[in-house]
Amino acid sequence: MGSRLFQALVDGVLGGGVYGLMAVGLTLIFGVLDIINIAQGILVVLGSYLSFVLATHLHINVFLGLLITIPAMFILGIAIQWFFIRPLRGRERTSMSLLASYSVAIIIEGVLYQVFGSNFKQIPTSYFNSTVQVFGYYIPYIYLLGFALAVLFVVAIYLLLYRTQFGRSVRATMQDHTAARLVGIDVNRVAAVTFGIGVAVTAAGGMVYGSINAFNPNSGYDLISRLLAIIILGGMGSIAGALAASVIMITLESMVDVFWNPSWSVVVFYAVLVLVLVFRPQGLFGRREARAQ
Amino acid sequence: MNPAAVARTAGVVALLAVAAAVPLASNVTLTHVGVFVLMYVGATLAWNIFSGYTGYISLGAAVFFGCGMYTVAIITKHLNLTGGVVFALFPVGAVVAGLVAVPFGLIALRVRRHTFVVVTIAIFFIFQLMASNFSFTGGSAGILPPFLNWDPNTFDEPFYYTALLVAVAAGVLAWLIWGSRFGLQLRAIRDDEDRARGLGVRAMRVKLAAFVISAVIIGFLGGLYFYFQQEALPEFAFNPFFDLTIALMAFIGGFGTLWGPVLGALLLEPYLGYAQLQISNSYLAEVVLGAVFLAVILFLPRGILPTVGEMITKWRAARARRAATPADGHPPEVAAAAGSGATGGGGVR
Amino acid sequence: MTALLRTDGVSKAFGGVQALDGCSIEVARGSIAGLIGPNGSGKTTLFNMITGYGRVDSGDVYLNDTKITNLAPDKVFALGIGRTFQLTRVFSRLTVMENMIVAAHHKERAGRPGGGRVRNPFARAGGPATRRRAMELLEFTGIARLAGDRAETLSYGQRKLLELSYVLIADPEIILLDEPAGGVNPTLIGTIADRIRELNRQGTTFLIVEHNMEFVMGLCDQVTVLDYGNAVVSGPPDVIRNDRRVLDAYLGTAEADDDSPAA
Repeated sequence: MGSRLFQALVDGVLGGGVYGLMAVGLTLIFGVLDIINIAQGILVVLGSYLSFVLATHLHINVFLGLLITIPAMFILGIAIQWFFIRPLRGRERTSMSLLASYSVAIIIEGVLYQVFGSNFKQIPTSYFNSTVQVFGYYIPYIYLLGFALAVLFVVAIYLLLYRTQFGRSVRATMQDHTAARLVGIDVNRVAAVTFGIGVAVTAAGGMVYGSINAFNPNSGYDLISRLLAIIILGGMGSIAGALAASVIMITLESMVDVFWNPSWSVVVFYAVLVLVLVFRPQGLFGRREARAQ
Repeated sequence: MNPAAVARTAGVVALLAVAAAVPLASNVTLTHVGVFVLMYVGATLAWNIFSGYTGYISLGAAVFFGCGMYTVAIITKHLNLTGGVVFALFPVGAVVAGLVAVPFGLIALRVRRHTFVVVTIAIFFIFQLMASNFSFTGGSAGILPPFLNWDPNTFDEPFYYTALLVAVAAGVLAWLIWGSRFGLQLRAIRDDEDRARGLGVRAMRVKLAAFVISAVIIGFLGGLYFYFQQEALPEFAFNPFFDLTIALMAFIGGFGTLWGPVLGALLLEPYLGYAQLQISNSYLAEVVLGAVFLAVILFLPRGILPTVGEMITKWRAARARRAATPADGHPPEVAAAAGSGATGGGGVR
Repeated sequence: MTALLRTDGVSKAFGGVQALDGCSIEVARGSIAGLIGPNGSGKTTLFNMITGYGRVDSGDVYLNDTKITNLAPDKVFALGIGRTFQLTRVFSRLTVMENMIVAAHHKERAGRPGGGRVRNPFARAGGPATRRRAMELLEFTGIARLAGDRAETLSYGQRKLLELSYVLIADPEIILLDEPAGGVNPTLIGTIADRIRELNRQGTTFLIVEHNMEFVMGLCDQVTVLDYGNAVVSGPPDVIRNDRRVLDAYLGTAEADDDSPAA
């Protein structure tokens, strides 16, 4: 019983770290652009497919492959924001951008189906198969490395936000677009780059996710629904919240998985979401804002 | 009665007459697609009554569709019903959907608009999962109705007329609500919910009422769909594309307007319904749906009706301006401009 | 004679900023009261506290000696306190007439015995009496010809008039106006001042926050000055104009002493 608990905890925390990375990207996009990027889930899957192709056809080490996929996804992110989000104006911007990103998501999904078919794939990597022994339990390398990667990225984002000029611009924009413009910040550029960063992390997340799980284009739904639940729980726009919520939720799910029934773990996931919304709609770290439009 | 109103009424009557006559053409494909078109007209109108009027975009309408579907499915299967009595079950599906909408709405409507959409998506997934996992819903295998021994040539007809009735009822309801105090409050909420609250509008009550009304109509259609398609499967009963398609139709026609949804559904569904039968590659259809939606959002964000309405207003205003300009084509002011450069035709020679 | 509206030691802090610090003001029934003070002195915050757009940290608000502290905005509105906003808040997609009807509806409802729980929700919006009254008010404020236009097509000044109109349709005892003259052209300012005087003659009390000194001094019977969340001095315009403390509040006490206030 103790060993299963430990296993569940380890899976949960490590998995939570990886989800945290993807959730941080999503919440960052929300915080700066005030939009919900529904495409985040399918972009992770795209990242998985990219890493898959690099690993199977070009035999590049998955971590080295990130040097290609991350910049690629970054550029894709900027392109999506520039062409499909930025032109949206008017009072319904937020809802429209949500629908726009949903549309982008299903386009990408359709393309992935066309190119790769619906068979499940998994990134073949030695990191998955070889394990390290910790306190008598076997943990696949990929879990630890994935977690380390997540930590690395989150620290990098933190440094970017709090130690650079650009980061200051981002934080200023998060607070108030108009005020930021007034002090000379190019809000459009900040928005584009932030979206790019938010998407770039999906490359890393995708690589880890795809190495641990079998995936196909349909996996995007599962991912985005979890990510959305996580950022709501953590408080939309809060990076610390996204991290905390990821670890908590994934650990919880992992426990339910081990101790109760795997097919129910996901339902528990959403049930927690609903409970949180009933008692604390702003999430763990969200600010209790006035019900603005 | 003014001529515009007469023309409008005549138009509506004509449309209804045409719609009622479709099955008489005895073209099975036409009738079949017609059922889909009418279903979407009804569903989009219903969706718009909540989302369009209040501005809270819901992507969880499929929850009600699925609930209606499964309700009818389960009852039919347990009581082993065949024959026309099944149609009497559709209202039951509607009621169940409405009952589900109450807690759903009470939870979801407490949050801001962006979070609201996300919550509807989350709850949608919960329902899809439950349908796949519970045994009384048949799990992932779904439920099949007892065999209906009806003539395949006229099979679609009762469904067609039922769907037509629902579409008309939904339209009438939408129209009644639009001009009512209830509707005004909904629209005020869309513009400035806090201010509306401050003026005494009971926002939660009003939103919830619209939400439930919307759910009941969509639930009815879900029940109808079960018998029409002769199956209830989790991924089709709770289908994200249903939500997206409805939203797209409402946006194309004119989000939040009264008749925009009808226009959107009439324009889009014949194509989609037909394409579904022709294009075996549903993945391509996905891409097309997404692309069309993006195009609409980017280029026609207000939808057709409002945009056309604006164009007409501009045209009328331009005509009025032209009528006010003197015959020689010069704008009215003369003296002030005399010294400063060319004054058109009377300029320096 | 007790004041119609009274605040007693209201305090409110936002994070580290003490917006209101034991603020006590009084508005006499039937008067036009002014509330002035430098930026950040807490005027709008006080309005928000009175009308329920925020909870007080301490202190109380009284309407006719009834405590109304921390009541929700709609309840405050129902009790007869109307309020406009600095950045006009109108329902943009609704027509001017529809804006009026929304504001009137709860009065329609409250007029019925039993509070109107079981009313026909599909009743046409705005009965004939409401519409008549709405047109009267729209004529009074001069925007009647715009009744069928969507509020978003109105100019800023017209929106201010609309906001005033729909606050009026609820027949409030007292109206709180937040910068009614702000950003409005001089002719319209004159019109607004006239309307206020006319309404006051008919019995409505006013509390007006304004930066436009001419407007305030020319219109108000009583002026209260706020500084750092506190009511510093209160009195008729002439007295206030010459009070040392007012000048200090606006210009800061470091000003040289030989600058005497304009006589």
